[in-house]
Amino acid sequence: MSIVPAPVARQPWRMLIPLIALVIFGALVLYSAGAGDWNRYATSHLIRFGVFLVMAAIMTQLRREFVQFMAYPAYVVVLIMLIAVEAIGFVGGGAQRWLDLGFIQLQPSELMKPAIVLVLARFYGALPHGLIPTWRALVPAGAIVAFPMALVLLQPDLGTALAIGFGGVTVMFLAGLPLTWFVGAGAAAAVIAPLAFFFGLHEYQQKRVFVFLDPESDPLGDGYHITQSKIAIGSGGGFGKGFGEGTQSHLSYLPEPHTDFVFATMAEEWGFAGGLFVLFVFAMVLSWGLSVARRSKDRFAKLLAAGMTATIFFYVAINLMMVMGLAPVVGIPLPFLSHGGSSMMTNMICVGTLMMVNVWNRRAPRGGLTA
Amino acid sequence: MRLGRARRARRRPFVSATTLDSAFSRRSFAIGTAMGGIGALLAGRLAWLSIAQNEKYQLESESNRVNLSLIPPRRGWILDRDGAPLASNRADFRVDVVPERMADAQATVAKLGEILALAPDVLADVQKRVAGAVGNQPVEVATGLDYEQFAAISVRLPDMHGVIPQRGFSRFYPTGPSVGHLIGYVGPANAEEYARDKNPLLITPGYKIGKDGLEKQFERRLRGVPGARRVEVTAAGRIVRELETREDVQGKPIQLTIDGPLQDYAARRIGLESGSVVMLDCETGEMLCMASMPSFDPNSFSAGIGSVEYAMLRDDERVPLRNKILKGLYPPGSTVKPMVSMAFLKEGLDPKQTVFCGGGLRVGNRVFRCWKRGGHGTVDMAKGIYQSCDVYFYHFAQAIGMDPIAAMARRCGMGQTFDLPVASQFFGTVPDPAWKLKKYDRPWASFDTVNATIGQGYMLANPLQLAVMAARIATGRHVEPKLVKSGKRAPFAAADFSPEHVALVRQAMSDVVNGPGTAGRAKLPVPEVLMAGKTGTAQVVGLNLSDGKSGPWKYRDHGLFIFFAPFDRPKYAGAVVIEHGGGSGAAYPIARDVMTFLFDPAKALDALRGFEEGWGGTAQQRLATKYAAYAAAAGIEAAPLPRSEADIFARVDAEARVQANRTEQQGGRTFEPRPEANPVSTGTIPGAAPTVPAAGAGGNAM
Repeated sequence: MSIVPAPVARQPWRMLIPLIALVIFGALVLYSAGAGDWNRYATSHLIRFGVFLVMAAIMTQLRREFVQFMAYPAYVVVLIMLIAVEAIGFVGGGAQRWLDLGFIQLQPSELMKPAIVLVLARFYGALPHGLIPTWRALVPAGAIVAFPMALVLLQPDLGTALAIGFGGVTVMFLAGLPLTWFVGAGAAAAVIAPLAFFFGLHEYQQKRVFVFLDPESDPLGDGYHITQSKIAIGSGGGFGKGFGEGTQSHLSYLPEPHTDFVFATMAEEWGFAGGLFVLFVFAMVLSWGLSVARRSKDRFAKLLAAGMTATIFFYVAINLMMVMGLAPVVGIPLPFLSHGGSSMMTNMICVGTLMMVNVWNRRAPRGGLTA
Repeated sequence: MRLGRARRARRRPFVSATTLDSAFSRRSFAIGTAMGGIGALLAGRLAWLSIAQNEKYQLESESNRVNLSLIPPRRGWILDRDGAPLASNRADFRVDVVPERMADAQATVAKLGEILALAPDVLADVQKRVAGAVGNQPVEVATGLDYEQFAAISVRLPDMHGVIPQRGFSRFYPTGPSVGHLIGYVGPANAEEYARDKNPLLITPGYKIGKDGLEKQFERRLRGVPGARRVEVTAAGRIVRELETREDVQGKPIQLTIDGPLQDYAARRIGLESGSVVMLDCETGEMLCMASMPSFDPNSFSAGIGSVEYAMLRDDERVPLRNKILKGLYPPGSTVKPMVSMAFLKEGLDPKQTVFCGGGLRVGNRVFRCWKRGGHGTVDMAKGIYQSCDVYFYHFAQAIGMDPIAAMARRCGMGQTFDLPVASQFFGTVPDPAWKLKKYDRPWASFDTVNATIGQGYMLANPLQLAVMAARIATGRHVEPKLVKSGKRAPFAAADFSPEHVALVRQAMSDVVNGPGTAGRAKLPVPEVLMAGKTGTAQVVGLNLSDGKSGPWKYRDHGLFIFFAPFDRPKYAGAVVIEHGGGSGAAYPIARDVMTFLFDPAKALDALRGFEEGWGGTAQQRLATKYAAYAAAAGIEAAPLPRSEADIFARVDAEARVQANRTEQQGGRTFEPRPEANPVSTGTIPGAAPTVPAAGAGGNAM
């Protein structure tokens, strides 16, 4: 009925086309951020995307049962890696986030973000419905989330710890735990947060928050990042200064123009229009992700897809709020635009998982109680 | 039971796949909505930043990117009357540092010193200035670098933050010390000057402001308009490219009435003496030369005064930092006699009326001696001037009184200041009874009149006043000196001297030089030009302390000479004052040569060359030699420098005032002229044996 072969037509192009366009756009931005050198950031960005897209395609072939089966082991393996990182850091004397496997420098905390969603989806997918409003729904899940969070906080990496927590809480919320618990937890957090802020955070992290509240208080130190990023975005105007014409990035006023502040680099050269395009693509990807979750046939797949979507969303929201001066500086890259293997891997695992659930949805007819 | 069931029912509501499914739908919808809300918030924030606030951030981005640096304006030239530069600018390479931007200023400056091979005393001065710099204030390290040195610093720049090598212009004074006091010098603005005038130009490396003399007086006019260079810089301050350069506008030149070659000649002719030569054009009042020596080389002050150099200048008893023309006050000695004669004439004294000089004059119970102990015999006014007979003036001054003489002195310019672009001039003293009563609370005594009529006692004048006095007596007009060339102005008002009186005094003054007077050796070696003049010898200590010619330099007599030429149609007038020169014999040969220079420069220069061979070079060369020797002896550890140049010159001024005051106070005693104080043209110096007993000579009590 169509000239397009069925395996091609089956792909979720509604999400894939904008995503590929965004990655190519990201490569252009990185080309500019690399001072007009493809080899500096842009080529590796495209290659990584290509590699992880293949990985995502392979993931789509996994069976639901296999994934369910692998959920706990995967979580445990990542947790062990996190502990290993901690141990090596302890022995080596100093903070460490990387695990050098020889061929790749692996950041286990990145892997933990999809892993936490997977394991909680597995947990709630298997939990008898009747136990949902009981402590048996909360305590194991809380432990599953809290343990890796604590490990990551020790690194210390507040941004990633929050991302893990956000993924976990989102899955718990969608799993149907009583709303009052979340309200209560929110109220408790409001009380604990100030205490945690003053006693739990490192001084540099506290300073970042203070500086976020008043960037001008430290125009050459921490506030410098926020201020320069706002200048880059603001000076772009409607359509930007032109490709390769960004002065904030090219003259090194913008810190990290290819990683955390890549959005500012982009907005300076492409303006409001470029920014809207990026927001549009993320809206397409995320709404597709939620629609995949809604179309899912069982709780495991629903929670898995929604959790992955939330994880991507967390990255996007925190990074953009940070570069636009709405959140303190936390080291969180922007998915698909920032240069960096770990972030690309995490996000592509999320996308791959969504594509996998999408395949499951298509294969099995919608049924209520098949789980 | 019911109660328990009810509680159970509340705590554990019915949960099924369906309720969970619908909860999921509701909650995922809520999450989707929240995501959309945050997305909208981000889009709004983006629009706010890049659309609404665009202008603000564009400005901030530009101010990040573009670094505006000022190009110091080229300073206006200072020209002599013929348009030759007395102060010009020389293109050179220079290096400054901004200590505030330097990580380790001392180490970096030491490294610069190594690259530039700076002398240790110079380097020590730079280090002191670096240590004392405030805020963004730049400190000059060196100027006049050659290209290799400039390049050597430029390539090391990435390791040396705050070091600014640049091509610029330096102030250049071709005749160096000859114009030091007249022109002044330039230097970097100090913290106080910047605090007073918050002009960013003042802290632009390489920019100098006038610190003294005309450079300071005409600062606004000479300054010009700075240029600007817009460059694109990285966050680290590296220059990426030049965007735009606006050329500076050079300051406006100032044309002086000074005759540059004459100024230089006069300064050099003073030679090893300490003194000053002032000359002016009698018809226009234009100052032709104002040479005060010894002096400093304004070229070497441009980075600020070095501590070794300062110590050398300060320790010199000939006070090279004092402008002796305006701030040297001397008893005018016999040079006042033509002026006193004018006062006598004005009071109706017949110039033919005579007095017998027997070597002294008894007034009351005292005898006032003439410098010629043997006496001048019968003396009329003309002889009184050309033979400088003291008794003639003692006698008629007693008759006429002090007030008319003081009035005439003031009319001739003594005790006056003139409308000149200088920071300060000393008034000197024209004593009269009212003044003495007010200042010393003592009545005027007859010996005060006696003292004053021969220019001693309280009377004090500076060389400029003496030159103006010469010009006014020569022309009979109210000559006002001026220093800056301007259009024609109306002839000077007559000073209400009658032409006959003027002619008489002119003739008498001519006879001083060309007749049987006291300064025969001052006759010009120029045919048909006769110079008129009047010698003066000002004693600085009593006869018991010194013979005035030998012994400690400080005790020797000042030599003075006022003059004009040609005597019958006066065109040029002037004054020469040689401090502690041992009498007027030190002064009038200089006046002769300087005047000769105006009529026959070649002849005058020949004479000077002969002198300079004996002295060890020109003033500039001698100063350099002296500095080298002094620096070698002093090492780099010289006395600490005052905080600013202003303090240095304030101290010099204060010392000058103290000295003038001391001289004036010594005037409160009977003055006894030295026997051979005024050498005569015949060469026969009168015998030393006084014919009048020295009764009451030292009696200064009433």
